[in-house]
Amino acid sequence: MNEIASCASHGEGIPAPTHAAGRRQPLIDGIEKVTGRARYTTDLPATQALTGAILSSPHAHAEIVSIDVSRARALPGVRAVITGEDCDVPFGILPIARNEYPLARGKVLYWGEAVAAVAAEDEQTARAALDLIEVEYRTLPVYISAAEARAPGAVLLHANKPGNVEREVNNTFGDVDAGIAAADLVREESFHYAEVAHAQIEPDCTLAEFDPESGRLTVQSVSQVPYYVHLTISECLKMDPADVRVIKPFIGGGFGHRTETLPFEITAALLARAARGTVKLQLSRAETFTIHRARPETDIRLKIGMKKSGEITAVDAEVVQRGGASAGYGIITILYAGALLHTLYRMPAVRYRGFRVYTNTPPCGPMRGHGGVDMRHAFESLMDMMAETFGLDAFAVRRANLFVAPYQSVNELKVSTCELAACLDWVEQASGWRSRKGKLPRGRGLGVACSHFISGAAKPVHWTGEPHATVNLRLDFDGSITLLTGAADIGQGSSTLLAQIAAEVLGLELARFRVIAGDSALTPKDNGSYSSRVSLMVGNAALAAAEDLKRQLVAAAAKRLEVGVEDIECLGEAYRVIGTDRMVSYRDVVKSALEVTGPLTTRGTYTVPLDMQGGKYRGAGVGPSPAYSYAASVVEVSVDEDTGQIKVEKLWVAQDCGVAINPLAVEGQVQGSVWMGMGQALCEETEFVNGRPLRGNLLDYRVPTIVESPPIEVKIVASYEPNGPLGAKEASESSLGSIPPALAAAVAEAIGVRLPGLPLSPDRVLAALHARRREERLKSALAGAR
Amino acid sequence: MKRLVSLWLNGRHREDAVSDNLLLLDYVRETAGLTGTKCGCDGGECGACTVLIDGEPRLACLTLAAACEGKRVETIEGQAAGGKLSPLQQSFHENLGTQCGYCTPGMIMASEALLRRNPRPSEADIREALSGNLCRCTGYVKIIESVKAACES
Ligand code: FES
Ligand code: FES
Repeated sequence: MNEIASCASHGEGIPAPTHAAGRRQPLIDGIEKVTGRARYTTDLPATQALTGAILSSPHAHAEIVSIDVSRARALPGVRAVITGEDCDVPFGILPIARNEYPLARGKVLYWGEAVAAVAAEDEQTARAALDLIEVEYRTLPVYISAAEARAPGAVLLHANKPGNVEREVNNTFGDVDAGIAAADLVREESFHYAEVAHAQIEPDCTLAEFDPESGRLTVQSVSQVPYYVHLTISECLKMDPADVRVIKPFIGGGFGHRTETLPFEITAALLARAARGTVKLQLSRAETFTIHRARPETDIRLKIGMKKSGEITAVDAEVVQRGGASAGYGIITILYAGALLHTLYRMPAVRYRGFRVYTNTPPCGPMRGHGGVDMRHAFESLMDMMAETFGLDAFAVRRANLFVAPYQSVNELKVSTCELAACLDWVEQASGWRSRKGKLPRGRGLGVACSHFISGAAKPVHWTGEPHATVNLRLDFDGSITLLTGAADIGQGSSTLLAQIAAEVLGLELARFRVIAGDSALTPKDNGSYSSRVSLMVGNAALAAAEDLKRQLVAAAAKRLEVGVEDIECLGEAYRVIGTDRMVSYRDVVKSALEVTGPLTTRGTYTVPLDMQGGKYRGAGVGPSPAYSYAASVVEVSVDEDTGQIKVEKLWVAQDCGVAINPLAVEGQVQGSVWMGMGQALCEETEFVNGRPLRGNLLDYRVPTIVESPPIEVKIVASYEPNGPLGAKEASESSLGSIPPALAAAVAEAIGVRLPGLPLSPDRVLAALHARRREERLKSALAGAR
Repeated sequence: MKRLVSLWLNGRHREDAVSDNLLLLDYVRETAGLTGTKCGCDGGECGACTVLIDGEPRLACLTLAAACEGKRVETIEGQAAGGKLSPLQQSFHENLGTQCGYCTPGMIMASEALLRRNPRPSEADIREALSGNLCRCTGYVKIIESVKAACES
């Protein structure tokens, strides 16, 4: 026996289990990233690849009368030319709403929509071939705003959707009229939000390899959801999914841009098959902007009833979202705008009407804080305005509406843990709110707001009956453990987190682990990285897989040490008979464990318990989650009244994410998330003229640079989420929504006016200041006349 | 038209026939096969392609390869000398100055240029030096911390 000899039962020589969780852990793939070795889709070796290129529509709404590709096909060096004829299967992330084609069929619905594509031996030939494609269009009226598209008599973008309304939501929970009647103050306001974009720094790209001998296809792409890409490509190409392999290389950010199969991914596959070879389809930054899928332009009308105490008695909200040309996640987005009204504060009664509208703009989709961000701004802003009427402080009105978890909302969402009260306490104290609020010099202001988000949707987008997440752990003779997951690490650090969870359970150093993420030939299917589902759902699966492995190792140790399994404790690098100094090293336990079975693979799964899957009403699938994360933020700004320029001086954010498995990564996620909220609040917006995007680059679509980005202080508030792995819940979306309203409140203090929407761009701030001055002049003139 | 260009790439001499209009970005990534330098935009918008030319930070997407005749070009791949990470690389790794990593090579190269010029930069110096490099993941906080920590090491 190779038992480790030891001097004393608690002395030297006895290994202690490693605590990989809770540590400030640099990313397990960080070295690749800082050395430039990390290969993103565009970096993959593909010397033989043909160049793909897309012909896009020069009209925002038009019938395609004819397409002639004969001259393009005849050009030497061109290996494939395809059009809408080559794929007649509509796609879309929601099985109930599929109305997009990789290449337009019959009609184009937005400027830049793909109409044809070529694969050629080099870029020059590909571009020349595009010029040779002749398309005849008959233009149709262009609807850029939701109002235009909904106007009576408007041409329908999709024949089955009258009024161009993709989905109308009508939900009432609790007695709204009674709540309004019981209020001491009822106020209604309207808000307008510009459309924003993800603007991840990596442009879109797909590499598709078709092997004519085997008829198999391998696709590598920039996806957050390789499984959905796999599924959609098989469907659109009418291939057996078993003949398709999807691999996720390094991904340069996502934020929701890549949470559904995107048209160019299917096009690349179609081109590869048509050319019977490998095609690289690299999109430009402008094309990447046109793929879009981000937060829609939104109009909100909101009415709140409030008691003098600040307690909210009822909410009545109406939301119109300009959804763009196809369905995508639209139904989910419009439902989230209503569902996320519920679980931040106690809401006794809520009426919600939502309209998701088709327009001749690029399709919108989910963006960090999916569906809830604009509504959160409206809600927090109106709450502040009403609190002012009662002379209530912004903290007081929020505290007046807190619930104590566990809590069930009127729309049947179950919140197991919520530390929002502690979050508020921390930001109040850290920002010096009590001594500074209201006493700042002119042009300066402080604002506070809260927000929250789900830790994964309890109901997956595609209901298959399978578990929500599966993780495999593979242990071989060398003692190293490979964690296999379909979850896509897109920079958020999910691979690191999953390895930490498994390492924690087994008491081992992270160095013993490798993670393979997102290769359909190797890794178990996973729904992907969206709705902040990975930490909790895939984390729970990793935990279960590690526990199973540990059970097998404990059994092997027990056999070897000739005791019962209950007598064995796992110390990571050794297994010991409890209370003795008899033990066996990890390496030898591995040997024993593998003796009979050979290399071991364990499986862990996670399924959301049925009682957390929500109610039975229409739309009830959107909102339920095993856990909700909470954040409170204070923003300090100064405003230059001459230029309308806002300077954000500092952000304080308190985050309740349960136990932080990797506090370093949590801080990074929270900083990135609130900063993104700041960008939306300050300057980000898309713009279209006759359907043509005016801001399809990173200069006109302004994201904050390092110069205008403030210090961000993050506090991780201690809590423990019983439904999460090792007590954890999500950490990267919940904080975003708090920033736009907190920033707007700070600006309101600084300049004495509240703007009715976002962004608070200098031109809008100036216009508001002018209006204020006009009003002041009018008032003093009236006073003088009296 | 093609011409012969001779230059030093990460300290090694090279001679290549390049077309007059070949961008340094494509030269580095395709001709030399060093894909660490990234392309994030359609030209001059993002800073992801930042490399050093004779020690100065330059956008490889706005520079012609032919213009680098006789010059010393440095990319992210040249930073880990003798297999040891540079102080900036080490620090970006340890302090999570990188999340998705796509902006990282450009960030590190722009920071490297700064530190060579000014080994003790103030926070304002760091912000100024990185003002042309966009990052969509980090909010820049840990990037600034990474640069500061690299100066201390
Ligand atoms: S690639 Fe964006 S600036 Fe060069
Ligand atoms: S780390 Fe993702 S863009 Fe900077």
